Amino acid sequence: MAEMTYLQAISDGLREEMRRDEAVFCLGEDIGAFGGAFKVTDGFMEEFGADRVLDTPLAENMIIGACVGAAIEGMKPVAEMQFADFIACGFDQLVNVAGKLHYRQGVSVPMVVRLPSGGGFSGGPFHSQNPEAWFLQSPGLKVVAPATAEDAKGLLVSAIRDPNPVCYLEHKGLYRHVKGEVPEGDHAVPLGEARIAREGGELSVIAYGSSVPLALQAAEELDEDIEILDLRTLNPLDADAILASVEKTGKVLIAHEATRSCGVGAEVASLVSERAFESLDAPVRRLTAPDVPIPFSPPLEQSVLPQLDDMKEACRELLAY
Amino acid sequence: MKLEAASASRLLERTGTDALTRADRALLLRHMLLMRLAEERGLTLYKQGKVPGSFYDGRGQEATCVGAAFTLGPRDRMCILHRDLGAHFVRGVTPDRYLANYMGREGGVTGGKDGNMHFGDRELGCVGMVSMLPDMAQVAAGIALSFKMRSEPRVAMTFFGEGSTANGQWHEAMNFAGIHRLPVVFVLENNQFAYSTPTELEFAVDPVQRAKTYGFPGVSVDGNDVEAVFEVARVAADRAREGEGPTLIECHTMRMHGHGAHDDMSYVPEELLEEWSRRDPIELYVRRLTEEHGFEQPEIEEIRSSVASYVDECAEKAVASPMPDPGIARDGVFAESWEPLGDGEAPWSRWSATEDQGGTPHNGHHASNGHGDAVVEHGRAA
Repeated sequence: MAEMTYLQAISDGLREEMRRDEAVFCLGEDIGAFGGAFKVTDGFMEEFGADRVLDTPLAENMIIGACVGAAIEGMKPVAEMQFADFIACGFDQLVNVAGKLHYRQGVSVPMVVRLPSGGGFSGGPFHSQNPEAWFLQSPGLKVVAPATAEDAKGLLVSAIRDPNPVCYLEHKGLYRHVKGEVPEGDHAVPLGEARIAREGGELSVIAYGSSVPLALQAAEELDEDIEILDLRTLNPLDADAILASVEKTGKVLIAHEATRSCGVGAEVASLVSERAFESLDAPVRRLTAPDVPIPFSPPLEQSVLPQLDDMKEACRELLAY
Repeated sequence: MKLEAASASRLLERTGTDALTRADRALLLRHMLLMRLAEERGLTLYKQGKVPGSFYDGRGQEATCVGAAFTLGPRDRMCILHRDLGAHFVRGVTPDRYLANYMGREGGVTGGKDGNMHFGDRELGCVGMVSMLPDMAQVAAGIALSFKMRSEPRVAMTFFGEGSTANGQWHEAMNFAGIHRLPVVFVLENNQFAYSTPTELEFAVDPVQRAKTYGFPGVSVDGNDVEAVFEVARVAADRAREGEGPTLIECHTMRMHGHGAHDDMSYVPEELLEEWSRRDPIELYVRRLTEEHGFEQPEIEEIRSSVASYVDECAEKAVASPMPDPGIARDGVFAESWEPLGDGEAPWSRWSATEDQGGTPHNGHHASNGHGDAVVEHGRAA
């Protein structure tokens, strides 16, 4: 084990896979000599060469299209969107080509799209989004969103080894603020399995990404019997883990930084009401961003992104219900 | 490393080699006829109400897809578009699977998961198109990128219409292929209309002229002359195999039917259709075979009748194919494992006459020798 930041764990997972398997290569804007906008691939070009750390032109559809073609022929591309927001420019190749090829023709497309997502640093409306719900409405894409350093590595490794397109949401706010012990060498965390981040019996906070550390802090400060379930993978969703937690606690708060309507929270709330209605002791609640673009100015941004006090208040209300 | 693009004239200088045997020529005619008759049969099935949705054919464009596809070796890869049925046949798809696909039957190439021309047989080295155009140009470039990274002398080929060249993704694909000198052949089918939109509303400058700005040659060819298309595509594929990068081939042709069977083509001047009907690619080739290559009329008739009876037989098989089990509609969204594409058929005599199977991978994975300068040891001279 070694202590790493979330960012270092992503780099470590990518580096391990590139060392292990020559078919793995990465591509994206400014990832080579510059090492990427967030330095995830810092030093990679020196170790793996410019062919396997491919600086691309500013052409997101081409980046995704190149991944699709290369993956079909046995390569394992890992694309970096400089910011998750820019996948909007590569969306067609992702949802219409990559996501549907296996269903339509039995052609498997093993590729990963790394998506630096999330706000909290005045990135404004084009550098702060959490676009996971876009992918969840697009059949054929797996979606993961790690919250810890250990999972950042383990889920990336599993995403690279998966024979399908995987959207890997790495939260920028966690890059340098989250640290943890990470297994060295080979470390894979299976896709589709949630993790109990904190055991509790009175309330389930179902979260992923940046909302997991927020919920952990709220639970510690409230000193209440709160369970926190870190979803880790959003598609396929670990329904069994969600239902087991709800059956235990009877109260559910779903927390995410992404906008509210038709988001993961809506899906989980629906799942709970359909399959665990008899277990509920309170209405299912959501803590999310409202349905607005992420504004630039710090007080505006803080007013839309869920804050620690919002999390504590939502927990208190449900515990008191 | 020289990135200077070969000019179109240099490209054409390298054509003219008589690479076709008599048997090859018979096969070119046979595949064009197979496309023509299979599409006529498909249209009949549509009129009989057996085809859900509309029906799309490539009547008049047989020479372009057959001539281009005929150049490829087994391990080359194709992304075929909706006016290019002949390319599927060259690679080994049989007409029954094409017709069954149109009817949404179990025996179709996609087994009912996708319709009409949205198919590609993965077992035959093909990746089927999507409706968004020209998305497959990028996929083909990605396939070519993997060939280049592994220093394999293989080629990716794809098609798109002139309307596609107005889309930003076309630029992204051309630019990327040019930067990395990818082994890809882009076949631009200029069939005069994108649905109903004429070329003058798609672009101000003929897109073939843009090729040089991307750093590779662009060449125009008579898309209704199957041997002319073949010759240019053959040189382009050899250039790709030899590490010389992409080529854009513009085939001038005419879509002789509407965009789909629902389209009456009222926007097309009658004289234009009359002019192009005098240049029917199949009749042009029959004339050339008899006048220049010693084919006798009975021999031509034998090819016509054997293709016609084969299409009859395939149509019966397609109609007899059952509808798919509705249960499969939920299957196959995700792959359990990665499976390689199979290899396509390669009927051109060059491939059967040599040990080389059109891109046998070199020993040593990732034997890439540096940026933009793949060395191809097993490449052949044209």
